[in-house]
Amino acid sequence: MRKLIIAFVIAVLPGMALAAGNVHLEKVDIDLNNKESLQRGAKLFVNYCLSCHSAQYMRYNRMGRDIGLTDKQVEQNLMFASEKVGETMTIAMPSNKSAKWFGTAPPDLSVIARSRGQDWLYTYLTGFYKDDSRPFGVNNTVFKDVGMPHVLWELEGLKAPVYNEEHHITGYKYVTKGKLTPAEYDAAARDLTAFLVYVGEPIQQTRKAIGIWVLLFLFVLFVVSYYLKREYWKDVH
Amino acid sequence: MSKMTALMGWIDARFPLTKMMEEHATKYYAPKNFNFWYMFGILASVVLVIQIVTGVFLTMHYKPDAALAFGSVEYIMRDVPGGWFIRYMHSTGASAFFLVVYLHMYRGLIYGSFKSPRELIWIFGVLIYIVLMAEAFMGYLLPWGQMSYWGAQVIVNLFAAVPFVGEELSIWIRGDYVISDATLNRFFAFHVIAVPLILIGLVVAHIIALHEVGSNNPDGVEIKKNKGPDGIPLDGIAFHPYYTVKDLMLVVVFLMVFFAIVFFAPEMGGFFIEHPNFEPANSLKTPEHIAPVWYFTPYYAMLRAVPPIMGSAFPGVVVMGAAIVVFFFLPWLDKSPVKSIRYRGMLYKSWIAVFVVSFIVLGYLGTQPSTDGKTLAAQIFTTLYFLFFFLMPWYTRADKTKPVPERVTDK
Repeated sequence: MRKLIIAFVIAVLPGMALAAGNVHLEKVDIDLNNKESLQRGAKLFVNYCLSCHSAQYMRYNRMGRDIGLTDKQVEQNLMFASEKVGETMTIAMPSNKSAKWFGTAPPDLSVIARSRGQDWLYTYLTGFYKDDSRPFGVNNTVFKDVGMPHVLWELEGLKAPVYNEEHHITGYKYVTKGKLTPAEYDAAARDLTAFLVYVGEPIQQTRKAIGIWVLLFLFVLFVVSYYLKREYWKDVH
Repeated sequence: MSKMTALMGWIDARFPLTKMMEEHATKYYAPKNFNFWYMFGILASVVLVIQIVTGVFLTMHYKPDAALAFGSVEYIMRDVPGGWFIRYMHSTGASAFFLVVYLHMYRGLIYGSFKSPRELIWIFGVLIYIVLMAEAFMGYLLPWGQMSYWGAQVIVNLFAAVPFVGEELSIWIRGDYVISDATLNRFFAFHVIAVPLILIGLVVAHIIALHEVGSNNPDGVEIKKNKGPDGIPLDGIAFHPYYTVKDLMLVVVFLMVFFAIVFFAPEMGGFFIEHPNFEPANSLKTPEHIAPVWYFTPYYAMLRAVPPIMGSAFPGVVVMGAAIVVFFFLPWLDKSPVKSIRYRGMLYKSWIAVFVVSFIVLGYLGTQPSTDGKTLAAQIFTTLYFLFFFLMPWYTRADKTKPVPERVTDK
């Protein structure tokens, strides 16, 4: 059933978006309390993104603590580019070289989720399609003529657009099969999106948890101050 | 206790502590009929304190350097213990400041608080508003995101529209041909010390003038006209303890709203912290749509509504400036014999409504990319905004007012 829905989404929604004349973003719901999802996202991130994109404000050990991994686990599974677990997620690729290779230097991804939004990221990650006119053979539904190759193609496979008579994309069909089924790739894109949303603001779950206590305290303070005010104002007529 | 009294005596012989406390709190008599609208002055001072305290802590970690500024904000958000909390309080405080100041000004409009003998309180208030806008504008450059950068670019370019000296003037302000490290550094200096000093001075003047004349109230009745045999206004109650305890309660309510935003929606859907501002400033990449933060959008809409004359955007700049300067003249534009909206007629009430609607609609239009229809709407509402002021001498004279009671009324 899920596959059918995804097949439908892949087939129909992009067509609808283009018919509407502006960029359509797929709504994605992510759960930042799901540590396994964040860990899978982290794994995808360090394996596929972190060679060209940095996350220069995110520290490995902080990430480990937040997504439920020990320093040791982080060092053994997620750290390829850095020496110490307290370091930030930087890359070795010089930006002047990468700008030459890709047309533009790959942006740092620390706060990409905050500037683009989670729906954009998810749509972007699932929006690569075959386009032979592009240097890397792919284009993207939300980021036209993007300089980035489809680095997750071995997972997703490659899908080619299906056009109607007006040369609008109405859907996609896979020309190369990936290691993952469409449903599995969709889940992977969600995990990666969730991870990037976490990286955008590592404190966010803690922030909400503290906030409840702050509001409870203020509510008690309000009750006290209300009775204090009433007591004093008894003699105002 | 006697030791305490002795200490107070010692101080009072050298500094007027008891005298000041009496003048401004324990023997400052405020009308007893203040309503909801009278809390925003206190709230503005609370926000001012929040901004100063959080600002001091931000300054300890922020780097006013074009290469480091953006990263130092993320450093505050991630590595400084509690830094995210301080930063969100400061960013939410900026919007909260304008929100309470706008409501405070609206209170002045509906209850005639600007009218004689409170003209100077009003003038100090408008000056505070202008200085606050400068403070917010310069502060917004500091995170060095795309909107910081391009927003500042657009606003500083307004000065370039001034005839003859504009080009030199804008370079003098920026310290460069474009917004750059030099601009960031000087805006930082203005934001953290020069402008706050002026702001605090004006706030003190605003309060001293208020306490000299005495507070207005929702009835617009001068309570000092009816004094008891002890010389205390019959409708007055001591600011302390009555209004201090009432304000304490209201401040707690305000803090509940404030911290709900800080902890659960610090971006406020892109209104308090704009999404494109999470992209570092890039002088080579102009964003498709540059929108200022919500509190500037009414004036931004006016700026865009005025068509350029002979290729110069100067008329728009003049209109935008006039929209703010016109507030200074309010005490003399209003010819009504009554202060409060409670005793005014339909004409003033209707024009206030027109003004509020214009301000809100212009605020909305300022957030939107301009189209022909929206530009026309902005032109219409800009005209209405000014008509509220320019026609005031006539409609306030023609308005049918009701008799004002001798004493304040109970709601």
